[in-house]
Amino acid sequence: MRADATQTAPPSGRLQPGPRPAMRLGERVRAATGHHLRVYRRTWRGSVISRFLSPLFFLAAMGLGLGALVDAGSGGVGQQSYLQFVVPGIVAYQAALLGFGDATYPVLGYIKWNRMYAATLATPLGVTDILLGHLSVLAANLAVATAIFVGVSALFGAFASWWVLLAVPVGLLTGLAFAVPTFAISATIETDNVFGILYRFVLTPVLLFSGTFFPLEQLPGWLRPMAWLTPLGHGVVLTRDAALGRWPGPVALVHLLVIVVVIAVGWVLAHRQLTRRLLS
Amino acid sequence: MTAPASHGTRWRAVPFPPGLGMARFVLARNAAAFRRSWVLLLSGFVEPVFYLFSLGVGLGALIGGVRTDGGALVSYAAFVAPALLAASAMNGAIFDATFNVFFKLKYQRLYDAMLATPVGPRDIAVGEIAWSLVRGGLYSAMFLLVALVAGLVRSWWALLAVPAALLVGLAFGAVAMFTTTFMRSWQDFDYVTLAIQPMFLFSATFFPLSTYPEALQWVVRATPLYHGVVLERALLLGEVGWGLLWHVGYLLVLGVVGVVGTSRRIATLLLT
Amino acid sequence: MTDEVLLEARGLTKSFGEFVAVDGIDVLVRRGEAFGFLGPNGAGKSSTMRMVGCVSPVTGGRLRILGLDPAVDGAAIRARLGVCPQQDMLDEDLSVEENLWVYGRFFGLSRREVRARTDELLEFAQLTDRRHDRVEPLSGGMKRRLTIARALVNNPEVLLLDEPTTGLDPQARHVLWDRLYRLKREGVTLIITTHYMDEAEQLCDRLVVMDHGRIVAEGSPRELIEAYSTREVVELRFEDEQQERHLGSVEALAERVEALPDRLLVYTADGDDTLAALHGRGVRPLSALVRRSTLEDVFLHLTGRSLVD
Repeated sequence: MRADATQTAPPSGRLQPGPRPAMRLGERVRAATGHHLRVYRRTWRGSVISRFLSPLFFLAAMGLGLGALVDAGSGGVGQQSYLQFVVPGIVAYQAALLGFGDATYPVLGYIKWNRMYAATLATPLGVTDILLGHLSVLAANLAVATAIFVGVSALFGAFASWWVLLAVPVGLLTGLAFAVPTFAISATIETDNVFGILYRFVLTPVLLFSGTFFPLEQLPGWLRPMAWLTPLGHGVVLTRDAALGRWPGPVALVHLLVIVVVIAVGWVLAHRQLTRRLLS
Repeated sequence: MTAPASHGTRWRAVPFPPGLGMARFVLARNAAAFRRSWVLLLSGFVEPVFYLFSLGVGLGALIGGVRTDGGALVSYAAFVAPALLAASAMNGAIFDATFNVFFKLKYQRLYDAMLATPVGPRDIAVGEIAWSLVRGGLYSAMFLLVALVAGLVRSWWALLAVPAALLVGLAFGAVAMFTTTFMRSWQDFDYVTLAIQPMFLFSATFFPLSTYPEALQWVVRATPLYHGVVLERALLLGEVGWGLLWHVGYLLVLGVVGVVGTSRRIATLLLT
Repeated sequence: MTDEVLLEARGLTKSFGEFVAVDGIDVLVRRGEAFGFLGPNGAGKSSTMRMVGCVSPVTGGRLRILGLDPAVDGAAIRARLGVCPQQDMLDEDLSVEENLWVYGRFFGLSRREVRARTDELLEFAQLTDRRHDRVEPLSGGMKRRLTIARALVNNPEVLLLDEPTTGLDPQARHVLWDRLYRLKREGVTLIITTHYMDEAEQLCDRLVVMDHGRIVAEGSPRELIEAYSTREVVELRFEDEQQERHLGSVEALAERVEALPDRLLVYTADGDDTLAALHGRGVRPLSALVRRSTLEDVFLHLTGRSLVD
């Protein structure tokens, strides 16, 4: 099937025999992104419930139901009602969970089940383009989900300040801090059993011990450092401060740095594992 | 039921004692397959324990005492532990009866292979549910032990907590498996999540029924996990009365409907 | 066919740790040729194809595709290649045409180019009336044709086909061969791996037989048959235990004899003559079949009769 030579000269020049104009990074990433957007357009309905309704259930149960108990028992946490304390934590947690989830089955699927990533590497696109393409759609999805959640929670009166808008970028980064390392894991493993184990042995304890539901001071002293080992603990603190409109001081930069470092390390690992797996 | 051949089927479809017979082979296959993934077995136990400690210890200090719907004033950990027991029995049973069964039904074609042997559809339904109960019983017993050590058990009635958890597992496992037989794709499992999660959060699990406005209380009372939670809480805290039998009855009916429905559906799906 | 060399391999080697998958092969493919890698499973065909497709680094030796070094210009080479892998690798969540659109964009084609190209390729792959369907329920033959159509989306100069008809039913195979033959006529260079002899004879101008990572023979199907087989083959079946007894007399009349468990393959220039001579010697087989020698005879002769996993 040769392209018809009498046709008007194609703008890309990439259907002609002989050397073809190279694709710039932007073009390559846009092409990879285009794939995921197209898939997303077909499948988003299937996940909309778990993405948007379930954080709302959490919000209602923890913020309102449990909040009534806490506020009756001890008058809230610090100066705040329990609702205002817990909702920023749930915002960060749901971003982490979404980031984790989006980097598990979908990634393993493209690597192992339909092998679209191997097919992609047969084109001018490379591992970096695949990663950037997939992660940018994942990031957009995280940002939208977090923004919606923040918006709805605001209607419940869960935030004290407009600075809560910063929770969207913080949620995005927190989500990526889970998504990118998980991508590296998905690029390494053979079976999806691992995801169940990760969820139960890593995600659940991380949720429960990262200061999401109660201040870290309630934990025994030896357990507290645990919260700082994971990016969620840092994301929760930043989100909570933003929701209160409180500048936490320079330590905020430390929290951000931890999150960014986790993303960076995850990137290096994901790149290496994907290369090993598909380009050996 | 006109053809003479179906009389034979009918006889085998009502085994005595119910649930034994060929079902034990289905059970044995599951147990054998599971030995290889013991990590998952462990995780089914670990999750509620994580919840118990973080919520009981961390939130408990903030909340102080909770007035149960039965009227006693107990620590938050003692309040939430029985609910976690019931919820984990539900979660485990539903997981087994949905994801696992769907996978076997659709992808492994395991049941087709089984039905080519003397194993019948009722045996499969009973076998699957029995297996799910064995696991659930194991989890519950371990969880109860942890609760006991943590000083959250206040009554000898707690001995009945494990059978009660099995009842909860039976009810949810049977209904969930019935639901699974209607599922077409993995996307449908989102609806399962949609059903489980609110039950987990709102069935007087984390806060008493009295927290809700009157109208919502009746909605909660209609949902199945609520009955499991009330049952377990009464047993662990020793608030036992004849009224509990109503909860037992609710769960039993649910279980029977599930078992009967499932075996009928498997018969129509696979034996046509 | 021109003299321009599109693929050049000299002492090309690929190893994974201790295991040597491709052991120093020399290959030249010219523009417009249909070139085949023939060999049993595990012979190193797929490893070679992955290196040529620039998705597997070369361990040793020299490899040039379109005059470029894959280690340096991988993306520039891939921009001009079409790859049809052994497994289909389609996105089953997408429709038939969406699979082509997405893939065309991977080659940097404009949206307009992609759409125009999609129409042509759907026609070519006989999938126009399925273009809006999801991929998942398509038959194996349709998925394969879609994979080939996708590999052509960038109007490649070289098309790599890794076992293109494995797992297809006979009708689907013939449809596919017809499509590939058209491509060849249009000037696309085809590089094919296969373990089907009929496929190699149908499609390939020239081929190499690979075994244990090495090239054991090279030439056109005709040349290979001439070099490694005879013009005709007589297949003889005997009653139980009789085969052994007659082996000696048969061997005396043939260039070569292969004894299979159930029959003798007698290699000879003229099958009818040989058969008559056998009758003259009192050899009475249960059945006798005279046929032309095929690549399969060459292949079995070169790679041995034992089953290779």
